[in-house]
Amino acid sequence: MLIRILGEGQFIVPDDELAEINRLDAELEAALKTSEDNFRQALDALLDKVREVGVRPPADHLEESSVILPFADASEDDIRDMLNEDGLIPG
Amino acid sequence: MGLWQRFTLIFKSKANKALDKAEDPRETLDYSYEKQLELLQKVRRGVADVATSRKRLELQLAQLQQQSDKLEGQAKAALAGGREDLAREALTRRSGLATQIADLQTQHAQLADQEEKLVAASQRLQAKVEAFRTKKETIKATYSAAEAQTKINEAFSGISEELGDVGMAMQRAEDKTAQMQARGQAIDELLASGALEDSTGTSKDSITLELERMASGSDVESQLAALKAEVSGAPAAPAIEAPAAAPVADEKQA
Repeated sequence: MLIRILGEGQFIVPDDELAEINRLDAELEAALKTSEDNFRQALDALLDKVREVGVRPPADHLEESSVILPFADASEDDIRDMLNEDGLIPG
Repeated sequence: MGLWQRFTLIFKSKANKALDKAEDPRETLDYSYEKQLELLQKVRRGVADVATSRKRLELQLAQLQQQSDKLEGQAKAALAGGREDLAREALTRRSGLATQIADLQTQHAQLADQEEKLVAASQRLQAKVEAFRTKKETIKATYSAAEAQTKINEAFSGISEELGDVGMAMQRAEDKTAQMQARGQAIDELLASGALEDSTGTSKDSITLELERMASGSDVESQLAALKAEVSGAPAAPAIEAPAAAPVADEKQA
């Protein structure tokens, strides 16, 4: 699966890693409602996992990613702003 | 729905809006390519802007560091002259500067990080734009307008995502640079106001003046002591040291 980390580019992640990535994503989602520290930890864990198991596609590879992840130094507010802007999450 | 799923949807809907589509899909290709080149130019200018801000910050850091070193020297001079109050004042000012310096160093690290990411993004974008150009020429040469559509959509979504990503990275770098410029302005004003004495050394701060007064003052004191000695016919200094010398004399007697 092709995953993009905003600001870093794309990674090809083997399908058997997806379960773990989904788990880390669920943790991030939960952390979003708690504290900035929890959020930071959860985001780092998720992005680190993608960087660790992912392989870079060739520089001239042109393909849409299946998943887009926030940039590494995104704050909780950045994420909320992005999600709220289009009205997907009310409040 | 997981966080990334929502995030992906939002990002893609934004990225798709970034490139307008023309009636003839093959015209869209050329138009889109123009837009890509424009963004590439913009990103390169962005890299230059961030680098300028970073260099300015480095200059200010050097000035603050110089000022801090000077205050440390003054604290030593004041202590050597027995003026603990003045040394304390110099060290207090220095610790105020240390906070500023640490703060600027953090900002500098962030800015350098943004710069590095933007440089990498611009290199990535360049490779993708080049790949798009090749694909575009192939599509135009090989397919009819109707057939081209699917191929174009593929190339299109790949490149719009990259454009969206780089566009956001640019925005973040610009925001960071703007913050930094406001911050840099404040420090320049602070330096200009004399609150942090400027490193050109044209004006003298209160600690320097006091140290100079001390130096000329102790000069007067030593001349006075010398005069007293002449008048009384006995050296002035030993009188002050006498108590310290006493135990030694006792030992000799014992």
